[in-house]
Parts: sequence; C-alpha cells; structure tokens
Amino acid sequence: MKVSWSSWSSWGFILKRLGYSIISLIGLSILIFVIARVLPGDPARLALGPNAPQSAVNALRAAMHLNDPIYFQYGYWLQGIFTGNWGIALFTQRNVLLDVEEFLPATVELILTAAIIDIVISVPLGVLAGRRANTAVDNAVRLISYLGIAIPSFVVAILLQLVFGYTLYWFPIVGRLSLGVAPPPTITGLYTIDSLLTGNFGTFLNAIWHLILPAFALALGPIAQEARIMRSSVVENLGKDYTLAEISHGLPERLIMLKYLLKPSLIPTLTIYALDISAQIANAFLVELIFNWPGFSRYGLNAMLSKDLNAIVAVVMVAGVMFVIANILVDIVVGYLDPRIRLQVKSEE
Amino acid sequence: MSTTRRMSQSFSQKYGKYWYKFSKNKLSIIGLIAIGGVVIIAIFAPWFSPYPKSAGLYVNFNQASLPPSFAHLFGTDEYGRDVLSRLMFGFRYSLELVVVVLSIDVIPGVVLGLIAGYYIGRWFSTVIMRVADVFIAVPPLILALSVVAILKPGGINAFLAIALAWWPWYTRLVYGQASSIRNEDFVHAAQLAGASSTHIMFKEILPNILGSILTKVSLDGGWTILIGAALSYVGLGAQAPTPDLGTMISDGAAYLPAQWWISIFPALAIVVVILGFNLIGDGVNDMFSSGIR
Repeated sequence: MKVSWSSWSSWGFILKRLGYSIISLIGLSILIFVIARVLPGDPARLALGPNAPQSAVNALRAAMHLNDPIYFQYGYWLQGIFTGNWGIALFTQRNVLLDVEEFLPATVELILTAAIIDIVISVPLGVLAGRRANTAVDNAVRLISYLGIAIPSFVVAILLQLVFGYTLYWFPIVGRLSLGVAPPPTITGLYTIDSLLTGNFGTFLNAIWHLILPAFALALGPIAQEARIMRSSVVENLGKDYTLAEISHGLPERLIMLKYLLKPSLIPTLTIYALDISAQIANAFLVELIFNWPGFSRYGLNAMLSKDLNAIVAVVMVAGVMFVIANILVDIVVGYLDPRIRLQVKSEE
Repeated sequence: MSTTRRMSQSFSQKYGKYWYKFSKNKLSIIGLIAIGGVVIIAIFAPWFSPYPKSAGLYVNFNQASLPPSFAHLFGTDEYGRDVLSRLMFGFRYSLELVVVVLSIDVIPGVVLGLIAGYYIGRWFSTVIMRVADVFIAVPPLILALSVVAILKPGGINAFLAIALAWWPWYTRLVYGQASSIRNEDFVHAAQLAGASSTHIMFKEILPNILGSILTKVSLDGGWTILIGAALSYVGLGAQAPTPDLGTMISDGAAYLPAQWWISIFPALAIVVVILGFNLIGDGVNDMFSSGIR
C-alpha cells in the first residue's frame, strides 16, 4: 500500500491538530483574561495612578468596559485582538501590538540562532557517541550531556559572561549591536538578515558577534538533550537487522551512517529538538534579562514586574501561539520522516 | 498471621529487586547521596550553618564582600552575610517548593489522566484533556511568571503558580499510557470478571504506569526547583530577606566579576540539586524497566 505525503489523511490530521490548538489558545486566553480581571484592584486606577481624580477613573472604566459583565469584557478584548487594538501598555504608553512588533524579531533571531547552534553540534555529537558507544568518547559526551541538562540557562548565561566577556574580552556582554553601530533598515527586524539584504557586512558580523553568547546560553541544554537522544537511537538502529544486512552486503560505512542510519535516528531527536526550540521562548525570559537583549521576553518580563495587565495577557498569548505553531511543525516534520505515522493516521480513518 | 509474613517477605524481596536495579548504575547512587545530603543540610540548617544569623535580616558591613576563606568558606555577600549559611537555608525554600508543588499536583494530575485514559472517547475524557491542553498551550515558566505577577510576587504565590502550570503534564503522561494499556488482555479479563472501573483503574492500570510516574516525579524535583529559581531570579518568587538560591544568584550577579563567589556558589548548588534529581530519575527509570539495559 503506497501512501503519499500529500494524501488527504495527512492534511486531515494536521487540520485536526490545528483545530484543537485553536481551541486550546481560546481556552488559554479565557484563563489568563479571567485571572487578570478577577484580581482585587481597579485596572483603571492602576492605569491612571493614585493621584488621578475619581471622575477620570470613572471615565476610563467606562471606556475600558470595566462596568460590563466579564464575558462582555472578554468579547471586547477578543474583538480588539483581531482589529489590531491590543490595549495600551502602561509602561511604554502605546498599543501593545506595536511593542510586540518591535521586540519580537530580536527574540526570534536569538532563538533561531540557538536552534542552528543546537542542531549543528548535537547531531554529530550524538552520532559520534553512538558509533563509539561505551568508549571514552561516549563517556565524555555523556558527561557533557548530564552537565548541559543540569545547568539552568540563566546560570550558563552568567558563566559565559564571566569567562568570555569579563575575563577574556572575546565577546560583548550586552545588547544586539556595539555602541555606534547603526541598526540596519528594518525589513524583517532580524539584524543579521537585514544587514545582509542591505549589503552591510560589517553590521552583519557585529550582530553575529553579539548573538553568540546568549544563543549558546540558550542552546546548551537542548544540545545535551538532543545529543543524548541521538546517541541512544543510533545505538538502537545500529543493532537492527537492516543495518546488519547493509554491513554484510559490504556497503561503505559512511553511506550506512549518513544515509540509512541518520534518517531513522533523527526522528526521535527532531521531535525533542522542536519541542526544545518552542520552549526556548521561556528560557529567553532570563537570558535576555542577563544579556540586556532588547527582545520580546525582556519586554514580557518588564510587563510582569510592573503588573501591566494588557501587556501580560498579550505576552502569554503570543508565546502560546508560537509554542502551538512549533508543536504543529513537529508533527509535520515527524510525519514526513516517519512513514509509519502517516500509515497509522490512514488506518485510523 | 502466616499470610502476613508471606506478604511481608514478598514485599522485602520486591524491594530488594528494585534496589538492585536502582543501584546497578552507580550514578543513581551518587544522585541519591547528593539529594539526601541536601535534605539533611536543609533540615538541620540552623545547627549546621556556621552563621545562622545570616539567614535573616542581618548586616555586618565590617565583614562585607569577603572572598572565600576558612572563616567564610564561600565568602560573604554585600551585607556581610555568610554565603554558605544562606545557601544552606536556601535549600529549605527549594525543597519546600518541591514538596508543595508535587503534593498539590501529582495526585489530581494522575487521577484525571487515569479517568481520561480509561474512558477515552467519552465526553468527560475529552473535556479533561482539552482543559489540560489549555494549560500546556504555553511553556510552564511563562504561565507561572504571569500568574505570580498578576497575583502578587512572593514565595507562596510562586508555589501556587508553578503548581497551576505543572499538573497537566502528569495528566497527559498518564492519559497516554492508560489509554493504550486499557486495550491489554489483562484489562479485558478484569472487565469480564466483573471488576469495577475503579478497581481496574487503580489496581490494574495504575501499577503498570507507576514507573513512569515516579520517574517523572524524581525528575520534576529538579525542574520545579529550576522554575522556582527562575521566578526568584527575576524578583517574582521568594522575597528578601528569605534566603533563596535564585535570589542569591541574581543579587550576586550585580557584583560580577569581582565578587564572583556571591552568585557562583548558589549557581553551583542549583546545578548539584538538578543533577542529583536527574540521576535519581534515571535510577528510578531503571528500577521499573524490564529486560537488559
């Protein structure tokens, strides 16, 4: 039975996942909205400060629909989300949507860089350890994995700053660009890509130079995780009959390792990889704080510290949307790599 | 009487088998010793710590920011408080967090997962899992940070916020396993024999997934401490002067690199605790896994 990837059942599966995800996100928005609204304290008073006259507070309460039942308030809020009115963030004094647009690209750039560092290091490390299972190489990789998993990203960030920033002066400690280097014109908001698109190679290198430490701080934990999983699935697949058959047919080891073994071994690794990447938006909260990275996570943290309700709700929702999209992408990639999953979907229907 | 003795014998044999499997990996033992040590230090912190006064509101500017020495093994902080003593008291907060969060979360999470898994396809199973999905739709750290920020920063609220973000992971784990085990022959046999649903869920299915639950519990010892430290690090968790590892790291970070000991020792302490729980988790996993490994 031949099942092609583009068959209806695969897309049906993804559409179903998408539907569930949208329901989850609506649920999340209700949850966070209700928590934000039922707490004691008047959002209008909070917005205007303790010295504002009561009449102004009352006017704002009416404008914010605070006198209506909570489900109407939620309805107005939801309407605002889709019409581009995300409410005013008190600490930046402008539409939260504008804030998100400004700060999100820096975080995306950081997370993508971490993702590249992660996959480039962890897969070869895992293959190496798996091929040389139970040797000194394997044990060294295992030790790195244990440490990588146990060291929180914010501790890695501090240690990297201490060693490579403060002591060796190899890398900058804060920010996206050096002082005096002008940011490239905004096209995507990702400094590396924008500077390349505008042909500004110096700015590109400067941006990369600033990215390395924070991205590595984010990547270390996932590197450890993925290397460990890659190792065990390589070991498992090395013992499979089809591998033995390939070896006994005299196929070159390189071909076996790189072609026939890599793909099945990548399936569990990529699953965890994608989950780790989607969770990076949470780790970025602390790493951005430590490296003074002007991104979405640091913005979110400032919103939380100043108890800015509109901004907090928006931050949770944007993080939720990114997390959910990443999880659906995992399913697509894994379904693409593993025909059994596609067949399973087919047989269920 | 004789039945009881036979029962207890078989329990000790069972226990011996589990211990054998756990202790086969020496790293698990190291993890157990590390966490055992941390627990003892935390319980006896007022007696073990060289300067118990450092745990509270205490200043001694004559002794401020001293590097590690015999008098202060891990140095002193900017207020002249002994870092080692504060670290020992900090373990208390971390372990309280683990105990509170896991005792709030594990039982309801597991029971909901069992119900949803056993009754898969029924409307309340769907409702349970959709509600769990709502809490899983955003990374736990972000949910915990937002909830504690909205409530009011502080130790107890941090516990509650983490607990709120954590339970669905148990539900999801148990749901996945229970929904596949319910199709096993022994479950059908129990159903045919007329066993009640409660009996099947708790006596037939639960023992078979206890291994993964306990593995997750031991790993979560580390992860909840990590999230708690992250909350404290940004100032939303434990509030001064409570000694807490996350707060100590973030306060000390302001004095890097000159007074590195203020933040580096608490950071290493967190690494030891997380590593310890991870090693125990591997051991627990070995305990319940069958066959050769």
